[in-house]
Amino acid sequence: MKKIITACLLLLNISFANAQNADALIKKVKAKLEQVNDYVAEAKMKTDVAFIKAPIGKVKVYYKKPNRLKIVKDKGISILPKGGISMNTSSILGMANCTTIDAGEAVVSGIKTKVIKLLPTDDNSEIIITTLYIDEANSLIKKSATTTRENGSFEMEMFYNTYANLGLPDKMIFSFNVKDYKMPKGVTLDFDDDMKPEEKAKLKHKKGKVEFTYTSYTINKGVADSMFK
Amino acid sequence: MYTLFKVELYKIFKRPRTYIAFAAMTALITIIQLGLKVDGKEYIEFVLGDLSNTLQVDGKLCNGYFVCFCILNLLLIHVPLLIALIAADMISGEANMGTLRLLLSKPITRTQFVVAKFLAATVYTLLLLVWIAFLALFVSIFIFGTDDIFLVKNNYAVQIASNDIMWRYLGAFFFAALAMVTVAAVAFFLSQFAENSIGPIVATMSIIIVFTIFSTMSIPLFNKIKPFMFTTHMVAWKEFFDVRVNADNESIAGSIQRPDKIINSALILIAHIVGLVSLSAYFLKKKDILS
Amino acid sequence: MPEIINVEGLCKTFGKLQAVNNLSFTVNEGDVYGFLGQNGAGKSTTIRMLLTLIAPTSGKVELFGKSLLTHRKEILAQIGAMIERPDLYKYLSAYDNLKIFAKLSGCKVSEQLLMNQLEVVGLADRAKDKVKGFSQGMKQRLGIAIALIHNPALVILDEPTNGLDPQGIADIRKLIINLSKEQKKTVMVSSHLLNEIEQVATRILIIDKGKKIIEGTKQELLDPNQTVVEIESSNNGNTYQLLSNSSWASHLQPITNNIVSLTLNKNQIPSLHRNLVEMNIDIYSLQQRHSLEDYFLKVTKGNYVHTV
Repeated sequence: MKKIITACLLLLNISFANAQNADALIKKVKAKLEQVNDYVAEAKMKTDVAFIKAPIGKVKVYYKKPNRLKIVKDKGISILPKGGISMNTSSILGMANCTTIDAGEAVVSGIKTKVIKLLPTDDNSEIIITTLYIDEANSLIKKSATTTRENGSFEMEMFYNTYANLGLPDKMIFSFNVKDYKMPKGVTLDFDDDMKPEEKAKLKHKKGKVEFTYTSYTINKGVADSMFK
Repeated sequence: MYTLFKVELYKIFKRPRTYIAFAAMTALITIIQLGLKVDGKEYIEFVLGDLSNTLQVDGKLCNGYFVCFCILNLLLIHVPLLIALIAADMISGEANMGTLRLLLSKPITRTQFVVAKFLAATVYTLLLLVWIAFLALFVSIFIFGTDDIFLVKNNYAVQIASNDIMWRYLGAFFFAALAMVTVAAVAFFLSQFAENSIGPIVATMSIIIVFTIFSTMSIPLFNKIKPFMFTTHMVAWKEFFDVRVNADNESIAGSIQRPDKIINSALILIAHIVGLVSLSAYFLKKKDILS
Repeated sequence: MPEIINVEGLCKTFGKLQAVNNLSFTVNEGDVYGFLGQNGAGKSTTIRMLLTLIAPTSGKVELFGKSLLTHRKEILAQIGAMIERPDLYKYLSAYDNLKIFAKLSGCKVSEQLLMNQLEVVGLADRAKDKVKGFSQGMKQRLGIAIALIHNPALVILDEPTNGLDPQGIADIRKLIINLSKEQKKTVMVSSHLLNEIEQVATRILIIDKGKKIIEGTKQELLDPNQTVVEIESSNNGNTYQLLSNSSWASHLQPITNNIVSLTLNKNQIPSLHRNLVEMNIDIYSLQQRHSLEDYFLKVTKGNYVHTV
């Protein structure tokens, strides 16, 4: 995942003229996000993978321009997609070397959005395509969907309220593909397997989600570089 | 009967054999702890297996709670041998030493004799479990610290918050005690049919091994008889480490996925204990003491 | 004399084996009751039935005038028993072994009581030693201490001299006499060896194959005029010849198993002895046997070990 993001960051540096409207919109969004140099956010993190039963955990999210992001759980175990989550809206927009395509409009969570596709120009890029769904009126990214060569696709959906003017979401849902759960019996030493097949089926072929509900942001008060080591 | 019970306890804790079990437990648990201290990371990777292809589980996975769970998972299969070592000797050992005829010609009824002896074996079993709890849980916490526990099961994985674990261990150890007392009851029951302890010890272990095979193998024929095997119910302590989730797939703190299973298994084990001890009293009452 | 043990029509079968067959006998207060029979005659089975270790197939057992079935606890509290030689708890000391059984016998246990009892059986100096290192004789003595610790009215000793050396056998003999004469206890003692029983018993019961053969007082069973003397010499054939030509001819019994035996009065033995010396016969041994022994030999088909 980290590789994907790094690739994206490099690729998205180039913007293209044939998507001027789209470019303009992205610039607008970017400008909004530029207001934030750094933040520390407290959030509730909920991992929702069908075959994992996990409690809600409290995390701190540290961000610093241009694209440094770190999630810290002071206590407890966190279950994240492989490679971790090191992305937010600003880091996506920080990317370069992409072809920007206007792909029309769509409705996300009842809000009309502009769909913009970003295609990396590098053929060897891990990312095949990233689609952004942007709320034009408020210059906010509502959703992003990324397809990769190796690791399937993942999506980020954002919900804004308090810090909408800074482009910071109150809630972010990170969705990703997970493989079906398989555990050899010898490992668990469990004797009985009395789950009904339909119960088992429920645990399969589902997307995994990590949901962040931000409870507070401390914005532009400075974050030490040492946080990101 | 209280005198007899005290005398039985005195005998148990005066014999060297008793302390073999405590020493063996100490050695085994220390070895596991040492192993996990040195190679805990590799073990965690092994346990996570396939999961780590899509997920990244961060945090102090190899913590005291997890280590204790591993120890219980591994050891509760072997502890029965140590229980049998004493329980299977309770009557057969007396026959072997020629003291059974001495005891039974004292003014004590045979039922009192059986109950007092079984209670003494139970006290030994419980003390062994307290010792295991101390080593496996508290010493592990001291060595590895605490954190959430992350456990893989047959069909899913469970994460339980660190502040929601202690009471589960309390329940688990209570249940394990019940399971081990059942083993003691089996060994004790067999004990009266022999004149030395080897036979009943081997017989108890054979029963546990065979029953465990039945319980472990998912063959339709075996599945039908599984519910009747006490070994199937002995592992129900693990149910304390499965939580319910709400509609949003959030685990509910303080919940147990299948409390009915724990209660059901506990009742079956209690029925075994009562049944086996009653049968022991019944057979011993009818028995001619020829040793 | 009150009856301490009263057994009527006692039977016990193990599968097809009739171990005890319609046995009846009575032990009175103050008796030293000798219970005699070969190994496997049913002595131990009978004793175990008296102690509720074996359930009788049929028959009545009363002790101290009460049925054993209905007054088990009460009766057992008054009995001290040693059945064969117990190994005891090897990992415990003599003192601890004694303490355990004293408690179970309902004694008020005190160190003084226990040490006194160990003193009686000569184990006081080994009190704190583990039984593991004890000889058979010491275990036997400890077994007796255990049987007597609660001062029982009836003492039952099953084969108490088994596996003991001559000194040990003599000690047991002395102890039995002491229990009876000094402590006024009723004693029942079983053995497969006649000479042990006849030296201590006041009444004797002989059983074979679970059946009573004869029961009576020692006086009834042992008539001193019927003493049999066995002589073993360098040449038994020659000895027989010499004696048959002497004044002893009328006492002489047919030679069997190459042993010369004579039936005579006990006070004739010294003069027989003198005559044998005068006849220049090299005597290896001259043993005195009673008619009871002959009887015992007869009923037990002579298959027993003769000890001095």
